[in-house]
Amino acid sequence: MDKTVLSGNEAIARGAYEAGVAVGTAYPGTPSTEILENLARYPEVDCNWSANEKVALEVAIGASIEGARAVACMKHVGVNVAADPLLTLSYTGVRGGVVLVCADDPGMHSSQNEQDNRHYARMAKIPLLEPSDSQEARDFTAYAFELSERYDTPVMVRSTTRISHSRGIVSPAAPQRITVPKKDYQKDAPKFVMLPGYARMRHPLVEERIERLTEEAENNPLNRLEKGSSKLGVLCSGVAYQYVKEALPEATILKLGLSHPFPLKLAKELSDSVEELLVVEELDPFFEEQLRAAGIKVKGKELFPATGELSVEIIREKVLNEKRETIAVPGDLPPRPPVMCPGCSHRAVFYTLKRLKLEVMGDIGCYTLGALAPLERIDSCICMGASVGTALGREKANAGAASHTVAVIGDSTFYHSGITPLLDIVYSKSAATVIILDNRTTAMTGHQDHPGTGTTLQGEEITPVDLEALCRAVGVKRVTTVNPFEMKKLQEIIKEEVAAEEASVVIARRPCILLSRDIHPPLEVDADKCNGCENCIQLGCPALSLVNDKARIDSAVCNGCDLCLQVCRRDAIYRPGEQTSPTEEGDKK
Amino acid sequence: MINKVDLLVAGVGGQGTILAGRILSQVALLQELEVKMAETHGMAQRGGSVITHVRMGKKVNSPLVPLGDADFILAFERLEGLRWLSFLSPRGTVIVNTQVLHPLPVLTGKVEYPGYVLEEIKDKTATSIQVDALNRDPVSRNSRTLNVFLMGILARQMPFPRETWENALELVIPPRLLEINREAFTAGYCLE
Repeated sequence: MDKTVLSGNEAIARGAYEAGVAVGTAYPGTPSTEILENLARYPEVDCNWSANEKVALEVAIGASIEGARAVACMKHVGVNVAADPLLTLSYTGVRGGVVLVCADDPGMHSSQNEQDNRHYARMAKIPLLEPSDSQEARDFTAYAFELSERYDTPVMVRSTTRISHSRGIVSPAAPQRITVPKKDYQKDAPKFVMLPGYARMRHPLVEERIERLTEEAENNPLNRLEKGSSKLGVLCSGVAYQYVKEALPEATILKLGLSHPFPLKLAKELSDSVEELLVVEELDPFFEEQLRAAGIKVKGKELFPATGELSVEIIREKVLNEKRETIAVPGDLPPRPPVMCPGCSHRAVFYTLKRLKLEVMGDIGCYTLGALAPLERIDSCICMGASVGTALGREKANAGAASHTVAVIGDSTFYHSGITPLLDIVYSKSAATVIILDNRTTAMTGHQDHPGTGTTLQGEEITPVDLEALCRAVGVKRVTTVNPFEMKKLQEIIKEEVAAEEASVVIARRPCILLSRDIHPPLEVDADKCNGCENCIQLGCPALSLVNDKARIDSAVCNGCDLCLQVCRRDAIYRPGEQTSPTEEGDKK
Repeated sequence: MINKVDLLVAGVGGQGTILAGRILSQVALLQELEVKMAETHGMAQRGGSVITHVRMGKKVNSPLVPLGDADFILAFERLEGLRWLSFLSPRGTVIVNTQVLHPLPVLTGKVEYPGYVLEEIKDKTATSIQVDALNRDPVSRNSRTLNVFLMGILARQMPFPRETWENALELVIPPRLLEINREAFTAGYCLE
């Protein structure tokens, strides 16, 4: 049995490894994170996290110019950040093959939007490969490097959550890496120096290349016609192909693996051989519009939603008018939203911000959960780093805003995209307060290292960023560091810095509890002292609840941090065996 | 050879639904079946409601179990068992840990945890196996092996030999945790 079960992300890493990739880069982001984590397990490949996706792609480009194969991995919104180098990389082409793997998130399982990144391939005029299972994820990724070098172009491999985070059988079980010798470095200014004069010479090559690639797409075995009934033809790619195969097993199918440039002749062949043509695609009418532009009659988004994920059921319902009876579940079940962990330091900050009635420009990370009840302390969340820029924008539109607004951003997010807007804060003489929640990791995506942690992806020790010095270096004079578990001090500092008439940074530093395992015996409630005021409940800690008007601590959930003890006004919460809080300040309200 | 088995593993982020799914996938592979599994990652993991789909058979296309199709639902918490019940086939079996884990809106007093959950599950399903796993799993009683204990109960209901399950455990679970998980699996498998 020469088979193994791999997730799509593991399979993509396998494919890159097998293709002889020398350099792997990424910024972590669901659903793409595990690609580089898995690639990094092969010591032959130089892998490290980049500060952001733009840097990740640039490092890959550099490796390519040097003559080696390189892969850059990111989530869909990461490609927005990397779009600048991507669109010009299309002009320069490559030396060693360059593959950009992007993982879209239809349904927004863990994202702020559900943009359809197939448009990037079209805009950049580069080939797009869309695997539909783990086996193809491995095969297509390996093939992408070949395609990249043959056509002198970056290649985009687009996964989605259901490809990246689904497991399936991959054969063979063991990786087989080919050796790809690094080419010699060659100075080639007309190819790689995109001054207008040179870029004007490159653009016609891009147009000529996309024509040759169209021919390739018409004849490439990744695009295959699966003959079935002549009544119904379906054009599809990626995971939608799997849904179609299951829901419409009789249909004639054109499965696109190399889906951009669009193989119009193949599509016409399909259209001519069937009575009715459907396009089944998640998100935007990407294929549908190209078919319509060619005058081909097709049904697509008039049947299927442009939002969320598709499914076997949706196709059965819309095409076959078939809806199965299912067990009815009561509609009023309590939801179970994600929560900050017991013992999470972010809770202290958001509780304090709520107490101070501050408006909060939020950012991307675990701490975005501060937007949910009962803390409800985030007023906006747009993209990586936007907390800082939007805080500045509010102040520009309303000079007084800085006195009741803060930006809250995590450490990894700050390194990704928070430094540049902080420069603008200083440059604009802003009085904004930026709170950096420094939990010494990229927690949300599963604890990846970053330039501030002191460790690389492949386990080497490096000198970590001096965050305080960095903030001072960009010109922020008021930089304060505080342990968020000292809530009284935290509150005083935030109050003072928000009131200050110049820019300030507050670094709330405490390692993520899931990494530090700084766990103590559970606290207890003295029911005689508790008056049910719910101060502690407002922390939103999953260990705390109100039972018969008294606070109750679930000892199986409590990690023994003392935030509830600190916010209790009646000394009703205690650490078993101790009289007072063990925090440095011993602070009580 | 079986034609197809569709399963859903439902629980609360951190309870080990992904590991359970990986054991199931390994079992399918050892039985020379095709298998696909879809996981929940990222935001939903932080104590939220999570679901893992596992499909095995001669040929598997969609990694997601269609509504009303699941032969089994293995639920690590009672409310989560009820939440995903529309995935269960009318002939399907639900195995539910009767444990109650209050979601945050219940803890903060915004909504009540319904009292009818177990009864509703029993009434609406062909076969419902309800187990107080925390108290019946003699191994840990601390929820660390709860997923594998429940997997043992499921294994008894499925048409694969016990050795296949034990081999799968060995292939999926890290060596230092293998022994305790084997015990939990056996306890579940032998539960009357």
